[in-house]
Amino acid sequence: VQVRVDSDVCDLHGQCVITAPEIFRFDDDGELQYLDEVGEQLRAKAEAAASICPTGAIELDP
Amino acid sequence: LTGAALRRVVVVGASLAGLRAAERLRADGFEGELTVVGDEPHPPYDRPPLSKELLAGEIKDDAVALRGRDELAADWLLGRRATALNPRRGALALDDGRELPYDGLVVATGSAPRRLPELDPALPGVFELRTLDDARRLREALAARPRVAIVGSGFIGTEVASTCRKLGLEVEIVTLDPPLAIAGQLASRICSQLLAEHDVRVRVGRRVTAWLGGGHTEGLELDDGSRVEADVVLVAIGAAPVTGWLEGSGAWLGNGVACDAHCRVLGLQGVVAAGDVARWPNARFRGREMRVEHWTNAVEQGVAAARTLLRGASENTTYAPIPSFWSDQFGVRFQSIGLPGLADRFEIEEGTVAERRFAAAAYRAGELVGALSCAAPKGLVKLRARLARECPERPVLAA
Repeated sequence: VQVRVDSDVCDLHGQCVITAPEIFRFDDDGELQYLDEVGEQLRAKAEAAASICPTGAIELDP
Repeated sequence: LTGAALRRVVVVGASLAGLRAAERLRADGFEGELTVVGDEPHPPYDRPPLSKELLAGEIKDDAVALRGRDELAADWLLGRRATALNPRRGALALDDGRELPYDGLVVATGSAPRRLPELDPALPGVFELRTLDDARRLREALAARPRVAIVGSGFIGTEVASTCRKLGLEVEIVTLDPPLAIAGQLASRICSQLLAEHDVRVRVGRRVTAWLGGGHTEGLELDDGSRVEADVVLVAIGAAPVTGWLEGSGAWLGNGVACDAHCRVLGLQGVVAAGDVARWPNARFRGREMRVEHWTNAVEQGVAAARTLLRGASENTTYAPIPSFWSDQFGVRFQSIGLPGLADRFEIEEGTVAERRFAAAAYRAGELVGALSCAAPKGLVKLRARLARECPERPVLAA
């Protein structure tokens, strides 16, 4: 699964970091870092993160 | 009936919780008939911008549409209100006289603004803010640059005060409780400071006794005999769950629709509930009964309710979230997790309150119950992990 965060839309709420810490994290500067590709076993986590993003900034493909 | 046996699912409510429930049903393999009923004419949209960007005219109306509706393979009955549920016949009655058969149903009818007898929203210049249409009407009224009085100082009241000040309008708040009291003492203190810094007069502990006006609003009379002059009044004193259509159905009602720990509605079969309307025992906070009106709960409970409906209840379907909210106002973002409104003590873990960049742990009787932050999401995430450890899920007695 490919993961993409639209940085123009992301508002750093951090819900993805809470929901899917395996994929998303804040670095030392408080910037969002994430894996841009994850295996099938993390699909559910990625979907949960996308659906709980308050700004809808996370896109998954496929 | 669960899982493969379900043929017809009706989701009552076409907002965030209903949409996320419908999505989860499809994503988890439900292939039967899916119908979503919504009492507003609009497809699902996002409410948080209504008090902020949309009201300020910074975004267009279509920017609040929620994605995902078109891919759903569902029938959308919009502008239709559910009027009654007949569980014996497995039918939902609508306001156009139609009946929808169901064998699985999701209650997601949300909440509606509470009203004051003195301030009927039908009066000229009196508004409430819940729907997109409410927000459009208020935005139009604000364009005439009125003096604004806001009754209530919760999330909506304080956020609209912020938007009005951004638009350069005079605003006064009349409120029984201190600003943002529901979010705990620390948020309340900072919010009070923000309002003062932005020249919003706040009359705390005051009640409205009369609307003043004739063909238009002239102001409000308060219980101490004083008056507030205003051309526009927003009533923002909270919301009440929409459950009238469930009366007589057998569902247990009272402060919303009562559910078990798996979002199953008590008193009915094959019916689950999610979002503002649902009250349930949270296995994480000593089984504390909760009804949560926040955005993230609508998403998480919509998903959880759909799972229970499809798979039946098991230890994997216990809905035991750590609630969270955010509020953007006067350039500050409050974020919380857990139950900071219950706290008797806050401890700053990172940053400073003076700079409005901090993360604070919230304690009640020495026990961590939540956290509040401003501009420190990373600190909040850390405190959330700690709360998840210190406040684990424990079994709730079956209802």
